[in-house]
Amino acid sequence: MSERLLLNVDSVPRLPRHAKLRFDRARDCWIINAPERVFELDAIAGEVIQLVDGTRTLAVLVDELATKYDQAPRADIERDVTAMLQNLADKGFVIA
Amino acid sequence: MTDQAEAPANAQTECTAATGNSESRNRLIPYAVLCELTHRCPLQCPYCSNPIELERASREIDTDTWKSVLSQAVDMGILQAHFSGGEPTVRKDLEEMVEHASKAGLYTNLITSGVLLTPARLDRLREAGLDHVQVSFQDTESENADRIAGFRGHAKKQEAARMVRAADLPLTVNAVMHRQNLHHLEAMIAMAVELDAERLEVAQVQYYGWALKNRQAFLPTRDQLDEATRIVEEARVRLKGILAIDYVVPDYYARRPKSCMGGWGRQFLNITPAGKVLPCHAAESLDFLEFENVTERPLAWIWEHSSAFNRFRGTDWMPEPCRSCDRREIDWGGCRCQAFALTGDPDTTDPACEFAPQRHVLEMPIGEAGGEIPEFVYRRIGNG
Repeated sequence: MSERLLLNVDSVPRLPRHAKLRFDRARDCWIINAPERVFELDAIAGEVIQLVDGTRTLAVLVDELATKYDQAPRADIERDVTAMLQNLADKGFVIA
Repeated sequence: MTDQAEAPANAQTECTAATGNSESRNRLIPYAVLCELTHRCPLQCPYCSNPIELERASREIDTDTWKSVLSQAVDMGILQAHFSGGEPTVRKDLEEMVEHASKAGLYTNLITSGVLLTPARLDRLREAGLDHVQVSFQDTESENADRIAGFRGHAKKQEAARMVRAADLPLTVNAVMHRQNLHHLEAMIAMAVELDAERLEVAQVQYYGWALKNRQAFLPTRDQLDEATRIVEEARVRLKGILAIDYVVPDYYARRPKSCMGGWGRQFLNITPAGKVLPCHAAESLDFLEFENVTERPLAWIWEHSSAFNRFRGTDWMPEPCRSCDRREIDWGGCRCQAFALTGDPDTTDPACEFAPQRHVLEMPIGEAGGEIPEFVYRRIGNG
């Protein structure tokens, strides 16, 4: 890697090889395992991260969430999801 | 919208308390197990985190015992297994244990000096499901690195780091820093980028065991530390999204103690080559504790019920000023091994806290920091 990844609606986010997503029954939540770190995701972040599979663009991902959670304005979902994934990208746990 | 609790998994990582849901906190599910497969190692680093009393090869527990331990760890809710040592690649059954752990669902991490790695071995480890590799470096410059390690290995380590990336395995560069190599910190950061590491651990030496014997040789001055902190902060901004940098500062210069292991018996357990189960890798220095062995008791029982794990768990054991401190569940009284090593009293507040009654024990080493550099006491059997 030589440049900071900046996500936009056309990005196709995915987890890098060193970050492993799984559901943890003991803690009853989705977690990302990464070197020396465990990210415990809340219910909403868990929903989002399951769509981060290297096939969907961020725009498609937001569309799916907007359909599922139709009370929330799409613009709000896009802002929150982008911020969440950019935060993970800056820590090296999401790539595109 | 996210609730990302970052849990430390390794002793050299800066500890941030997990903020999982309250139910999981009450049940105290550990996050990680550090499997010290052996104390054998070709290197002799004078800051080694192994105990002064090293286990001989004949005392090491066998493959099936380790596999049983790893299965038990999964059942307890443990998420990560770190394979360490000594030098873990000395064990010929490493692949078998990694495969067992990986198939059981554990995130597997190899913590190695790299000097025994070959491309074929890395391929086998990757096939076995290894998730991540940490390669330690003593310096960026061969001569000094080899002198610190007591072994001519620096060039091989660089080669090993490249092999890790060539095998498409993620890499952390583990840089142990101190007064005899801090002037190469910028070069170390550049080396991590050049080796294509995802992550760099800048771990200032912590003073237990072997490192405490060599404290005068390693402890930086306040000015050296401040300069290092400035360099790390600048690099974190410049390399955001390129290289993640974890930074562990020597707590002698801290105002508050570190949340050692995220609290005694809260997140982490360590298994020695002989199968003893410890709340942290240095806990055997608390020589009044009795540690249970995986060959005699189930791991879950040891975690929940053993006297060693309950001795400093929670806040009931705490003296003042910890007991009434509003940070008692943030830093958990600091490090018990450090309190005991520096004051002889395992129940006192860690002297790294500015409110510690025995804070003064840090005055002498800090006052002498930057003075004459003594010869190393190298880590080897019989040198304790």
